Amino acid sequence: MADKIYSTKLQDKLERNVWALLIMLMVLLSIGGIVEIVPLYYLDDTMEHNARPEILWQRGEGQTLADWKPGDGIRPYTALELSGRDVYVREGCYLCHSQMIRPFRDEKERYGHYSLASESIYDHPFQWGSKRTGPDLARVGGKYSDEWHVKHLLDPRSVVPESVMPNYPWLQKAELDPDTVTRRMQAMQTLGVPYSEQDIQAAAAQVQGKTEMDATVAYMQVLGTMAKLDYGVVYRE
Amino acid sequence: METTLTEQKYNFEIVKWFSVVSVVYFLVGTLVGVYIAAELAWPALNLNIAELTFGRLRPLHTNAVIFAFGGCVLMATAFYSVQRTCGVRLWSDKLAWFVFWGWNLIIVLAVITLPLGLTQGKEYAELEWPIDILIAVVWLAFSFNFIMTLANRKSSHIYVSNWFYLAMMVMITYLHVVNSLAIPVGLFKSYSIFSSVQDAMIQWWWGHNAVGFYLTAGFLGIMYYFVPKQADRPIFSYRLSVLHFWALTFGYVWLGSHHLQYTALPDWAGSLGAAISFAMIVPSWGGAVNGMMTLSGAWDKLRSDYVLRFLIMSLAFYAMSTFEGPVMSLKVVNALSHYTDWTIGHVHSGALGWVGMIAAGALYHLVPRLWNTEMHSSKLVNMHFWLATIGIVIYIVAMWISGIMQGLMWRDYDEFGTLSYTFAESVAAMHPYYVLRTVGGFIYTVGVAVMLYNVVMTIRQAGSIPSGAAEPAKA
Repeated sequence: MADKIYSTKLQDKLERNVWALLIMLMVLLSIGGIVEIVPLYYLDDTMEHNARPEILWQRGEGQTLADWKPGDGIRPYTALELSGRDVYVREGCYLCHSQMIRPFRDEKERYGHYSLASESIYDHPFQWGSKRTGPDLARVGGKYSDEWHVKHLLDPRSVVPESVMPNYPWLQKAELDPDTVTRRMQAMQTLGVPYSEQDIQAAAAQVQGKTEMDATVAYMQVLGTMAKLDYGVVYRE
Repeated sequence: METTLTEQKYNFEIVKWFSVVSVVYFLVGTLVGVYIAAELAWPALNLNIAELTFGRLRPLHTNAVIFAFGGCVLMATAFYSVQRTCGVRLWSDKLAWFVFWGWNLIIVLAVITLPLGLTQGKEYAELEWPIDILIAVVWLAFSFNFIMTLANRKSSHIYVSNWFYLAMMVMITYLHVVNSLAIPVGLFKSYSIFSSVQDAMIQWWWGHNAVGFYLTAGFLGIMYYFVPKQADRPIFSYRLSVLHFWALTFGYVWLGSHHLQYTALPDWAGSLGAAISFAMIVPSWGGAVNGMMTLSGAWDKLRSDYVLRFLIMSLAFYAMSTFEGPVMSLKVVNALSHYTDWTIGHVHSGALGWVGMIAAGALYHLVPRLWNTEMHSSKLVNMHFWLATIGIVIYIVAMWISGIMQGLMWRDYDEFGTLSYTFAESVAAMHPYYVLRTVGGFIYTVGVAVMLYNVVMTIRQAGSIPSGAAEPAKA
């Protein structure tokens, strides 16, 4: 196709040698990712709790998840909440609901204090979302009653006529499996989520006889309630 | 080139199979898209069936169009053009068939597992860990076969289309392996090893570069082979292709963080991503100009050559969406557009306009040559072109209006300084545009159905001619 080829010496070499081209690409393509990802692991101001440790729950000696009170700080999810979070991920809720409030006046009034990175430190994977077909849920906890959530999940249009959300009737019929949640908490522990041995032993009893609906509602109700954030404090520049 | 000879020399059988399944997946992927679009307009269509809800079918839609349709098109065209540009047969036929069956197995597994709700919960990377491992193996086999074919080539230089395919192979390997790192809890469930802001950054490094390398670099590879071939002219500028190749491959990697502006991602990362995103207009348009100007002096061909119409229209959409993207990554625009349907519209002007149309053009170029015949009906090719174009325009206009309207409604204050609209009111306001989007998507999908019909009829008509007796096709 090209009779006359103009190129630099390096370009010419790369075009003649597939291995040189491959190595060049491997090096070049790794740079952007490394520069943007690696510093997030060692720059202290990435996670707000490095400057303000009180954002995270400071667990006392021998304390279990049951000793935690709302506002005490970010903690790992209880067995029931984690099961609810798994339902949330399974049903693809993140495709229509974000969990990331941006620092704008309207979002503050609509949803609450802007979200912190430390608030999702135990979220494997993160559920910030990218689309708001429905509203943000980062601080939905405590805004509605449990009964409202059940009614809303069973038939969203019975409480919000404009809603386009699917009905989730099967959540009420599916019972949680105590073994599964125990194994899932252990996996989270392997990933560094600070569950104590007592937390894991208590897990099975907590979900015994509970449905996926109970779990989902428990997860909804804890969202955004863990840390008490102060509007007078600048958490992030 | 004498066709019977080239058939012996090259492995076109594998290209045939990939071409046929890619047209089938094109239809499946867009059909699922129309269905979930309709669910947002009329939520009763979720039918209270878990497997049919929007949340479970949306990953199926994205995976079907990106990995099933896009993947098979990339594999068909890469295997075809690498043989043609290198003048040698594929390095290994067996490995090529392994890639074909492996990739299709992955697609079947996706169709089963995603509606069942088996997901890693990361956008465009939903498939669970056993399938992820399979993807890595098949992808590396595909890449290895491609690279070894390049190494065996008869030509002195590696043609530009192959640079783009190669960049895609390297980058997708990086992205897929890192982003999918997870700890399994049984066969069907795993948790990402990352959390919070690091997970978000890695996810969008993946998310944007699945677009940047799979759907852009890979499809630019298609452009660099098929546009000059179909136009029967050399590429406009070699120098431009060198410049925009290196700028694009180096720069695209940085863009992911623009998906996370104003979030808990540190501002330096978001701003860096936005700055480089804006600069990416230049290399992106370099590619678009290089493709379009290849036609300079031969624009009259657009009047009669329907395949060329697809290729050139795809470049027009490419130029448009690579202008729109950088604009949307600007902080002031992103503050409005993020979380809205504008993003969905942008993605679809790229996916339906650029990816879908260049793929259709390349496949219309391939099918008659592979089966050594003419297209069954060139009128139907033209009909597909117009259905596709009209469908896309309706779709993206609907999403522009709904997206900008959402953004404005959410931030609107009345004269007393309180929020003007509840969220539910903004949802209700979207209804007409969601209907319109469904209509646009449906029209586009009808076009794809026409294409499938035309391709099937072409193959059937070719089958009735004894092999070897047919006239040699234009190479």
